Order: sequence, then structure tokens, then C-alpha cells
Amino acid sequence: MTVYILRRLAQTLLVLFVTALLVFFGLFLVGDPVEILVNPVADETERARASAALGLDKPIYEQFFIFLKNAITGNLGTSFVFGRSALEVIIERMPATLELAFLAMVIAVSLGVPLGIYAGLRPDSIAAKAIMAASILGFSLPTFWVGLLLILVFAVQLGWLPSTGRGPTVDVFGLQLSIVHWEGLKYALLPAINLALFKLSLIIRLARAQTREQVLLDYVKFARAKGLSKARVIGVHLLKNILIPLVTVIGLELGSVIAFAVVTETIFAWPGMGKLVIDSIFQLDRPVVVAYLLIVVFMFILINLAVDLLYSALDPRVRLAEAK
Amino acid sequence: MRLSGCLRAVVFSAALALALPAVAQDLVIGLSTPVTSLDPHFHNLSPNNNVADHMFDKLVHKDAKEQLKPGLAESWKAIDDTTWEFRLRKGVKWHDGTDFTADDVLATLKRIPTVPNSPASFATYTRPIKEAIAVDKATLRFKTERPHPLMPNDLVAIRIVQKKFAESAKTEDFNAGRALVGTGAYKFKEYVAGDRVVLERNDAFWGGKPAWKTVRMRMITSAPARVAALLAGDVQMIEAVPTADIAQLTKDSRVSVASAVSNRVIYLHLDSDRDKTPFVTDKAGKPLEKNPLKDARVRKAISLAIDRAAIASRIMEGQAQPAGQLLPDGFPGTSKTLTAPKIDQDAARKLLAEAGYPNGFAITLHTPNNRYINDEKAAQAVAQFLTRAGIDTKLEAMPSAVFFSRAGKLEFSFFLAGWGAETGETSSPLRALIATFNSQTGMGTANRGRFSDAGVDALLTVAMTNIDDTKRNLMLAAASDKAIGELQAIVPLHYEVSSWALRKGLTYTGRADQYTYAFEVRPGQPVDTARR
Repeated sequence: MTVYILRRLAQTLLVLFVTALLVFFGLFLVGDPVEILVNPVADETERARASAALGLDKPIYEQFFIFLKNAITGNLGTSFVFGRSALEVIIERMPATLELAFLAMVIAVSLGVPLGIYAGLRPDSIAAKAIMAASILGFSLPTFWVGLLLILVFAVQLGWLPSTGRGPTVDVFGLQLSIVHWEGLKYALLPAINLALFKLSLIIRLARAQTREQVLLDYVKFARAKGLSKARVIGVHLLKNILIPLVTVIGLELGSVIAFAVVTETIFAWPGMGKLVIDSIFQLDRPVVVAYLLIVVFMFILINLAVDLLYSALDPRVRLAEAK
Repeated sequence: MRLSGCLRAVVFSAALALALPAVAQDLVIGLSTPVTSLDPHFHNLSPNNNVADHMFDKLVHKDAKEQLKPGLAESWKAIDDTTWEFRLRKGVKWHDGTDFTADDVLATLKRIPTVPNSPASFATYTRPIKEAIAVDKATLRFKTERPHPLMPNDLVAIRIVQKKFAESAKTEDFNAGRALVGTGAYKFKEYVAGDRVVLERNDAFWGGKPAWKTVRMRMITSAPARVAALLAGDVQMIEAVPTADIAQLTKDSRVSVASAVSNRVIYLHLDSDRDKTPFVTDKAGKPLEKNPLKDARVRKAISLAIDRAAIASRIMEGQAQPAGQLLPDGFPGTSKTLTAPKIDQDAARKLLAEAGYPNGFAITLHTPNNRYINDEKAAQAVAQFLTRAGIDTKLEAMPSAVFFSRAGKLEFSFFLAGWGAETGETSSPLRALIATFNSQTGMGTANRGRFSDAGVDALLTVAMTNIDDTKRNLMLAAASDKAIGELQAIVPLHYEVSSWALRKGLTYTGRADQYTYAFEVRPGQPVDTARR
């Protein structure tokens, strides 16, 4: 088991190194940050000063080695635009993105699994057909458009919820969170629904497919024959078996929700990491983009590790490769 | 104990009555670009400067038409060609109650070139000052190396901070709010990075008690979301209204729109220097022996082939003024004889034939697609007009990050760009876009077409050493006449019109420098200054 985890750790470091390499040189090829940032009136002395201040006067290979050297001590560079540590700028906005992603996943899972199971148990009922039709809309409508529509209907026309922004935050164990009280939650509802729509549709369809497959198997017949209540058959035995592929997908989707909530964050002016990274890409703020992608890659790796471990815990037939 | 229905109603309306005055005194503004730092000397960026102007003052301020007016300095004059004297306002207090003196200004000027890691420094404005002396607590003298007639204009960019913070505070101290002690209309209350800046009224402001008790400036970068927030009532004012929504908002009874022509001219830049230019060929695709853009008649033909009025009304939906020179009429240094040319494709073809291109040629127009209002659409229209006149034009649009890097390396032959004259007069675009490129003297910093004419340079040099405003503006007008009227160094297209939208009951006089000042928002009917 320890060997397994150590091997995964080594793979992690390799992936992080390759990511840093790709992003560094990729952004270097796009353009010159000084040209974007410096005031167009600035003369040569001013441009040279800006270039030196941002460390851009050195050759690209030297810049990369300096970056690696600093990365080992945990310093992922200083943002060109903000003048502060890139890591600090990203972590400052992480709670906002994480709480939005968490709320979206809660909505998606808590609505998706029951609806999917229902649609799988009674596939020919009107309700099931309606659920499936809605799920098609859910993953084909573009997030951008749905978000604006939600704002138009619920904020502008009905006035039930605020249109944009993040609500007041409270201090929870040192983190600033807004969804723990209703004042902040009402700001998070629309963006969370917008973000959750795609995942919800995916989970409904997956849960339904899995349910239809599992409900025909012998153990379900056997459990009913034994006299177990319907709730126990579905809620304990069936659920555990359909969860396995569901957990894999949820893990992947959780990662993508945290990393790529850019569109939702931009529409709803939610001050999260996604909006920060898209702005940084346009401004060629390389340290922030590199730091962000490294954090995201690391997070995906962690989630994948958690999913693999959960997999082996859920399904006793599966053993982690090295444990044989 | 349940309150009876009647008592409940009384309590409710009392609470509402107490709540309403507070709500009516708060102003929430939706900004279009995020603030990156609260340090007024760190990054010369419009949103940062906009917010800083609420908390800090400058020696010289600008009115809505970008003309100079007294700020922390009551008056100023040039005592001789290389010395400026500024008399400071008396009785001004910092937010912490201490007195404002000339020492604060000196400390500020010392700080500006030393701010570390600045991506766009303010040092360009302080460099001409060779020596700064406080003659007494309320008088300052600045000595310059050469005559510097735009000293007051440059000082509009320098926000004055308190001496103790100028000497010891770092950018982090400003961002955290500790060092945000200014003389301005508002005091700092809260800053959440990427989300909002909250300010509260400075009751002791020297310019009179400001209108709003609290100002919340929220950063909403998505244009449709910004409009939605205004319509929902979440914000009372927004800037940068998308052109497509202006017609609908003007008809909406809940909001009103204020516009003003800005100091930004959108123009076409041409490679008038190289003999072989990369993106100009004959219609079959073979390279030409000489670069047609070097001939002033070809440049003039390009200018005449474009229907600026159609672009302004159809593409820009009325949010643009056709341009014939570098700044709109009425700005200092503009020529009284240059007007936006009307489309004349026959004259264009005649000029092309005279220059030796009766069948025209082929060219590629490059443009950014996310920098200026409707930049790509305007470029598409230009390409079509030119093709009709005989110059087959291909269009290539790209994000501004890529565009400016390539343009800076002189990779293009013909491209669309914009220039905002931050000094509010024509020497800014003349020096940056048309003067011969010289890295030592800082001329032609954005002259990516490398246009060069000794006559224009001479006019410009003489103008810039003339301290007398009237004489200098006449010379600048003559320089514009020669550069644009005669030689067509660049092809001006239109001046951007900026617009703001406000909830009914609020009014704002649009500013030519495109800033959104909460302290200039007043209750009343709005005035549309763009039509004047």
C-alpha cells in the first residue's frame, strides 16, 4: 500500500514538472507581457525598467530555472499584475470557488441520484420521460446562456435573488465562507444552479442506466424474496452497486467544476479563481497562470487518488494493483 | 408574545422608514474592469486610477472635458522656461486629521520612481522634474531640464499620499488599507480583491461634503451581467454600456444613459517606412517592387474610401464620432480646418491611379478583437470599403495579448489601433504615433508604422518648448494639419463615445477621460454631452 502511494507521488511530481514546462513555454510563445502591461506612453528606459522588474529581461531558460528553484521552496513566483505572490493571490480566492463548487456538487448529487434511480426503476412513466428530456436540455444548453437567463428571470423580472456578486462572508475556522448563512447563500444559489446543471444531467443519466442494469440482477430478486423492504433494497443494496461508476464520474466532475467554473464566475461576477485565471491569461500574467495550473493539476491527482481508494473500498473485488 | 397585526404594521413601517434614508445615501456602481492594486503609484491602469481618485487628490484636476482645474494646488504658473511654481490650497486636512503641506508632495514625488515591481510605473511623469523645492509650506517650485509646458497635465497623474506613508509604506500596506490615508472625498472602508471596493464619506473634504455616505464599487466584467444588475436594481450605475443595449436602455423607464465623446481615437496605422512590407502584394499575390503605403496619395486614397458616418451609425450604433484628426473638436491643439472626410470612392480610385496603382493591390488588415469597442466589426467594415475601392483587403483578428506583442515587433503592415490622449491635448498622439521613433528621447513610442517627416518633427519640437498655451496649441494644430491633412501619417476613423447608465433619478456628466467618479453622480435629469 505504501509502495503504491509512493509510486503515485513520484508520478505526481513528473506530471507537475511537465505541466510547468508546457505552460511556461506556451505563454512565452503567445506574447510579451511588458507590451501589454506598460503604459503606451512609456519610453525605452521605462520599458527596460519594467522588463527588469518583472524578471523578463533574462533568457527564457534562465527564467524557468529560477522558477523551478523557487518552486521547491514553495514560492511560485510574483504576479506581474498584482505585485504579490501568485500563490497568495490564488489562495485568497480559493474559498469562493470551493464553496461554489461544493454547493453545485451537493445540488447535482442530491437531486441527480434520486431522480436517476426513479427514472431507472419506472422507465416508462411520464415523470421518468420528463426527467430524461430535461436532462438532455441540461447538458446541451450552453452555460453562458443559461446563466444570463437565470439572472434575467430570477433577478431582473422576479427580483427574488440578487443578480451578481458574492454575499457577505463569515469566518469559519479561519476561512471566509458565504454559504453558511442565508444572506450569503442567496447570492450563491443562481451560480451554483448554473454550474450544477451539466453535472446534474450527467448524474441522472448515469444513475438511470446503472439502475436499469442492476435492477435485473439476481441479488435484487433475492433481496426481495428474502422480504426486505423496498427502501432497504434500493437505498442500501442497489445504491451501493450503482455508486461505483458514479463515484468515478463525480470525482472527475468535481475537479472540472473547481478548475473550470470560469464562465459561471465571469457571468455572475463571482470573485473566484476561474475568473482570476482567465483575466491573467489575457494579460499574460504568467506566474499566476502557472501557479494556478499547477494547483489544479495537483488537485486532479489528489481527487483521482481518492477515487481509486474509494473504489477499492466500495467494491471488495477490486484490489489496488500492487497489493496482490 | 405575538404582536397584534396593527402593531406589527407600525413596527414594520418604522423599520422601513429608518432603513430608507440610509439606503438612499448609498451608491453602488458596477465597474467594467477589475482593480489590481490600491497603491496609487504601483500600476498606471485606468481602474486603479479611477478608484484612487476617490481617496486621493492631485495637485491639478481635470474637468469632464479634460481641461485643467485646481486640485490641491490653487494656482500655478511658469515663472520662467524651466521653472514652474504651484501655490497649494490652505486648510486641507488628511483623513486622519493632520494638515496637508508641501512636504507631502515632495515625499510623494520621491516615492514614485522607487516603487518595486511596478508593471507600469508613474516615473514617466516625475522624470522631467530635475529638482523639487518647497519654498514654504504652501508653495512649490519644480525645475526642469528643458522647457516642459505640460507639467500641470502630467501632475494630474500623480496622486498625493501622506509623507509618513510615502517614506515607509509598501504596496502591501496600501492594498491592506493601512496606508490609504488621503485628502480625497472618500475614505477607505473595505477591499475584497476582484470583487469590490467600499468607501465612506469624508465629511471634512475641502471640496464640500460629498453626496453619498457610502460608495460600493463592484467589479462586474461581463457586460450583459452588468446591464442585468442595473435593471435588477443591484447597482445604481454602470460604466461601459455595450453598444447593442444602448437603444433599449434609452427607452427603458427605469434607467437613463449618459454619453460623452472620449479622448480615444481609433485609427489605422500604415507601414510608411519599409521598402518591402510583409502583408502588401499585388492582386495575384506576387510581391510589389515598392511599398505603396510609402506614397501619401495611397494613404489619402485609403482614408477617402472609408464611410466613417456609416461605421459610426451602423457598427458603433451611434457610440462613435467620425474623426478627421487626433482629438475631437474643441480639445486644445486641434486644427480648425481638418474635418472627418466623407466617403469618396471615385476620388480614392483616382488617387490610386495617379500613384501608379490603377488596378489597386492586395493588403492584410490586422486588428485586436477584445480591446476597443467593436474593434473587429469596425475593421471588417473598413476591409469591405477598401475592397470596393480596388484594394483587396484580408482581415486578421486576434486577442490583444497576441496583437500588441506582434505589432510591437513591427510584424504588421496595416493595422487598427486606438490612442487615448491622457494629457487632453494633441501633443500626446502627435508625439507617440507620428513623431519619428527615437528611443533616447522617448518620441514615437507607439509609432509602429515608423512614419517620419522632418517638417512635422520640427513643428512638434518647437511647440513642445513653448510654455505659452495659445502659441503652443496653434503650432500643434499646424503639426496636425501637416501630418494628417497633407501627409496622412495615420488614418483616423472615429472617436470612441463612452457611455454610462444610471437608475432614474441619478445624473452623471460623462467624462472624456472615461473615468467613473462617484462624487460627480448627482440626483437630477441626465445631460447628454456627446451630441454637442
